[in-house]
Amino acid sequence: MKKIVLLFVVLAATTTLSAQNYFTRDGKVKLDATSSTSPEKIEALTKTASCVLDISTGKIQWAVLLKSFKFEQALMEEHFNENYVESNKFPKATFAGQITNLSEVNLAKDGAYNAVVTGKMTLHGVTKDITANGALNVSGGKIRVNAGFSLMLPDYGINIPSLVSDKVTKDARILIDATLEPMK
Amino acid sequence: MTKKYLLLLLLFPTFLQAQDLLALLGEEKTVEYATASFKTNRVINGHSIENTAAGVLDFKISHRFSPVRQGLYDIFGLDGATIRFGLDYGITNRLMIGAGRNSREKIYDGFVKYKILRQCSGTKNIPVTITYLADAQIKSVKFADPSRDNKFTDRLYYTHQLLIGRKFGDRLSLQLMPTLVHRNLTESPEDKNDVYAMGVAGRFKLSKRVAFNAEYYYVPDGQIATSYVNSLSLGLDIETGGHVFQLHFTNSPDMTYKGFITETQEQWFFQGNDGRLMSGIRFGFNVSRVFTVVKPKELK
Repeated sequence: MKKIVLLFVVLAATTTLSAQNYFTRDGKVKLDATSSTSPEKIEALTKTASCVLDISTGKIQWAVLLKSFKFEQALMEEHFNENYVESNKFPKATFAGQITNLSEVNLAKDGAYNAVVTGKMTLHGVTKDITANGALNVSGGKIRVNAGFSLMLPDYGINIPSLVSDKVTKDARILIDATLEPMK
Repeated sequence: MTKKYLLLLLLFPTFLQAQDLLALLGEEKTVEYATASFKTNRVINGHSIENTAAGVLDFKISHRFSPVRQGLYDIFGLDGATIRFGLDYGITNRLMIGAGRNSREKIYDGFVKYKILRQCSGTKNIPVTITYLADAQIKSVKFADPSRDNKFTDRLYYTHQLLIGRKFGDRLSLQLMPTLVHRNLTESPEDKNDVYAMGVAGRFKLSKRVAFNAEYYYVPDGQIATSYVNSLSLGLDIETGGHVFQLHFTNSPDMTYKGFITETQEQWFFQGNDGRLMSGIRFGFNVSRVFTVVKPKELK
């Protein structure tokens, strides 16, 4: 009987430990595909990116609804959805990865950390391995994530026609700014 | 034996951890509105279910030419050009206004267009988009008979139209357009003041940047003089960054509702006075260029 009680205590403890998940549903992701020769900015922003980070294992996942990207120009937004990412067929961009330098990052303690994340990025039906560097700021029980990386759009089957290549770059820059809160 | 089970139980939380982290957030519930059913807010002569987006100004220049049958002498009709230039503006994503000037009959036109229902799926399901259009036209050309008691109201024409459309998948969009054209002054007693018509139009995307459009307006008998025929237009939409070029063939020289619905004179193909096969096909194009006047507030 004692053994069983002990077991439940251990079980309960393990479960609590494993529930060290942090999340957001309103992460900001900025997409910048402006070519250096472009007279206008090819930029978009979404404020509804989802992310879950398990601080005990360093596993991290992202999902962004492509239709939520807002452009300054409505026509650009239409072209983005219709001609480039084809958001009807592939509604989401997702990333599933792992913080590789977890030993240097103690997310249970306040402080600023540099994290290296590698994982699989899925966009436009194509999955590729990517690595990105990010800054993690832990304070007051929240984790702020700032990261930036590039995506080679043709790698994901997103082709930039020569007609617009002086405006739209193949090498899109992605900037992430999100604040993760503990999941209850 | 029991120990094995206990071990399994102990491992259980680890299994939980290994599953999809995003699943912990639950399924996001969203409403997805159908977008880009047509490339612009016009099919060819008439409107499509699309609106100009909020804060966007759309400058349009359109031409219709003489019948192609004139041959090289007239460079296939291009010598006889009529023009409409106009501005459309999106007040909200559902409400837009516009105005234009037509060289034919020196007509000024203005309209208000409102999306009553938007096709969507997800947490809310609406199968069609329904748009209402109210358009007024002022014919400013000099009265043919100055000795008649001509009033300003004789110059006015009104159009009310419902556009009921649906996007079927990525490529195909179809719409029905029940239409009423009111004319204060008509040419003959055969021509009624109120003309009811039914339009049908469609878009089929040939590639990401090219679409095929068709538009037909049917006017039931007994409303317009028998010399007038129904309007049929077929064309291509070609999109190049900020411009949309709409190139088409039509039998209507007019770009105003009262013109192409009630005053189209020649069929695509008809028998001429000498019994030979003739064609009333004309070439035409619309060019649309958009400018963002007010930036979306989501970006601020």
